[in-house]
Amino acid sequence: MSTAKATAGADKSAAATSEQYLTFMLAGEEYGVDILRVQEIKGWDKVTRIPHTPDYVLGVINLRGAVVPILDLRRRFGLETIEFGPTTVVIVVRVMSGPAERTVGVVVDAVSEVYNVDSADTKPPPDVCGTVDTIFVKALATIEEKMLILLDIDRLIGNSIGDELSPGVAAA
Amino acid sequence: MTTLDLEMAEIAKVFFQESREGLDAMESGLLSLGTTADTENINTIFRAAHSIKGGSATFGFAAVADFTHGVETLLDQMRNGVRPVTPEAIQTLLQACDCLREMVAATEAEQPFDKERIAALNADIAHILGEQPNQAPTPGAHGAAADPGAANELCGWRIVFEPVVDLLRVRNEPTRMFAELSCLGHFNARADVSRLPPLDELDPESCYLSWTIDIAGEVSRAKLDEVFDWVDSRCRVEITPTGSSPIAAGTAPGAPAAPAIAAASNDPKSAPADAPRGSALVSAPAQKAAGESGSIRVATEKVDDIINLVGELLITQSMLSGFADGIDTNDLDRLRQGLSQLARNTRELQESVMQIRMLPISFAFNRFPRIVHDLSRKLGKKVELKLLGEGTELDKTVLEKISDPLVHLVRNALDHGLETPDRRRAAGKHETGTLELAAFHEGGNIIIEVRDDGGGLNKPKILQKARERALVAPDQDLSDEQIDNLIFMPGFSTAEQVSDVSGRGVGMDVVRRNIHDLGGHVQISSKEGLGSTIRIRLPLTLAILDGQLVRVGKEIYVISLLAIVETIQVARERVNTLAGRTEVFRLRDEYLPVVKLCDQFGVEPDSRSATDGLLVVVEADGKRAGVLVDDLLAQQQVVIKSLESNFKPVSGIAGATILGDGTVALIIDVPDFIRAAVKRSGGAFTAHAA
Repeated sequence: MSTAKATAGADKSAAATSEQYLTFMLAGEEYGVDILRVQEIKGWDKVTRIPHTPDYVLGVINLRGAVVPILDLRRRFGLETIEFGPTTVVIVVRVMSGPAERTVGVVVDAVSEVYNVDSADTKPPPDVCGTVDTIFVKALATIEEKMLILLDIDRLIGNSIGDELSPGVAAA
Repeated sequence: MTTLDLEMAEIAKVFFQESREGLDAMESGLLSLGTTADTENINTIFRAAHSIKGGSATFGFAAVADFTHGVETLLDQMRNGVRPVTPEAIQTLLQACDCLREMVAATEAEQPFDKERIAALNADIAHILGEQPNQAPTPGAHGAAADPGAANELCGWRIVFEPVVDLLRVRNEPTRMFAELSCLGHFNARADVSRLPPLDELDPESCYLSWTIDIAGEVSRAKLDEVFDWVDSRCRVEITPTGSSPIAAGTAPGAPAAPAIAAASNDPKSAPADAPRGSALVSAPAQKAAGESGSIRVATEKVDDIINLVGELLITQSMLSGFADGIDTNDLDRLRQGLSQLARNTRELQESVMQIRMLPISFAFNRFPRIVHDLSRKLGKKVELKLLGEGTELDKTVLEKISDPLVHLVRNALDHGLETPDRRRAAGKHETGTLELAAFHEGGNIIIEVRDDGGGLNKPKILQKARERALVAPDQDLSDEQIDNLIFMPGFSTAEQVSDVSGRGVGMDVVRRNIHDLGGHVQISSKEGLGSTIRIRLPLTLAILDGQLVRVGKEIYVISLLAIVETIQVARERVNTLAGRTEVFRLRDEYLPVVKLCDQFGVEPDSRSATDGLLVVVEADGKRAGVLVDDLLAQQQVVIKSLESNFKPVSGIAGATILGDGTVALIIDVPDFIRAAVKRSGGAFTAHAA
């Protein structure tokens, strides 16, 4: 993974305000998650379905002895679904949900890059931000003339699993 | 936090843990003390208090140290035979133990203390000691080590010696003076190093130290003055007698005052020379080692990690075994041998690792002597507690969760079961009742029994109350055993008064629910006038389940073998449809609802007809149902993984497990499942007898 710099002159030590993001593609858009949250990246494999769960909860897998739920981000964001194939990627993240830590996998189209993002180069999201509910978007960043949508992965996962009150999470 | 702070915090954790254990040891020692002063016992209790005092002083937990000091003084008197061991003293000490526990917990959590309680207990202790209230001042935060018990003297002196900086230059040598003093009597000195400058500013010819010296023995004031004759008049020397008057605390910088004690022997053991910092902690482990049987504390997560890895190992091993079946060469035999050896090793490893989580039930039983002691006093009843089978082992999690229900059952037995001494005598029984807690293994389970020889359950009254509450139909006839077990119903209580101990009718059904949540079973049997026995059956471990694998379409599920009654192929004639929706089938003389897994879980099955698949008859909470599956697969022991740790609870699913091929299978929560099915059937099936 190459690490592209956000601005020409900035160097790694410069910013206490710069964070590293792992970016991935989803339906033509590039999203970023805090790299410190990313545990691993794996390929797509068979999943055990769980009843009484929303459609974006694909099921659970065995990750070295731990039972980890897998979420489909396309379905979560209400996007058109695609076939899973050999290039389909699952990003396993560790998120904070209250006092506890959760390990969850999300299915994305492809993994992109790791970027250093200076907070100076970020803007808060506008109220309407495409397909994603802005409550999940931490900020928008501009890198090499493209727009990165930086996600608040704790909120996104927490809400998807149904921690807070949210319409669309089916009750059993 | 500096590195030193972090280290200290780590060591402090050890101190807190050991203090808790020390307090437990003190408590159990005090409970078994009775009225005979068993020297060994008192010594154990004393040592525990001593360690806590030393450790807390080392860490600067002044309030804890001071409080423990008073406790320790009282214990010291007892062990020296100076003071008799009275029930009042024991009771006060027990309360002091409780208070100390709270203080330690408060210190650890950095919360404030209950000062009133501390003051009240201090007054009690002082009252017993028969002297003025203990004026032990704060041990200073300088280098002085915790002084465990300064000389308990009849005659003695305390000398505060603060020389001028130039003392050494005028050819006065403190060590010479100390040598002379030590010839006069037992000598103990503590140095105050607070005036020491940093090393680069230190002038080796200047004296920055001052001392507080205790001399024990028959020493006249005149002799002491002689020693200090040569000292420069500008030095401060204060000599006060110790013994009958309280020590002037203020002048001695950070010196813990010698407690004002009437008569005590000059016990050299209680006034060690300046102990190096941390010795209080060092001595504690040494003493503990004497009683310990070589064990270590391990974080539960580490054990769980190992269990996970062993699980993976098993999967790999079974994968390899699978490969071997397909190969056809001469080396195959050796390969097979190797693999079967691997299988054995791995299975043994798994069993050993599972054992790590097992703890003896004594951990749960340990709190009962105290509870019974306190409660019997409060209720005015005489009880003898017997603990049997304390070494019986069970899983740590089960152990933790069974503690509270047990406490409730014991309190119930004491409150309602056992009678007062008067009533017992009137009934021709010994006035001291017996309460037995017994644990033993039976089959793959652990059985815990709570037995009392009290009055037993009042069956007519229970039946009447149940009918009043419409829990039982007026014409329904119940067996004795069924009547007994009515007490487990919610809101049930025949107690005339609600005490703060029990009677609110909330307890027994919560107890039963908690035990059910653990996969266990509880029932009571009693004989009027003779007593009651409550029998709890629990699985040995929550982590493993004997399961039946079933297949519905492409999905595999696991049903606990304990829940399965039988599995049958249903004949067409035995199936009827109720109200066009629910299917029922006739099993001998009862009708059971058919629950289709495919419908409940939204899975595509091989067949939807009850007659094509197999029907697994399951039972939970007295209700039965037939679960329709496509096929029965193997029976195996599965390791239960929680779905909630990374996801959330799902109705009908108790957990997940990892099968031999590495895939995840869901474990069906039978009671939940049946409940949901009964609801779906539109109430067509109400429970037959709770």
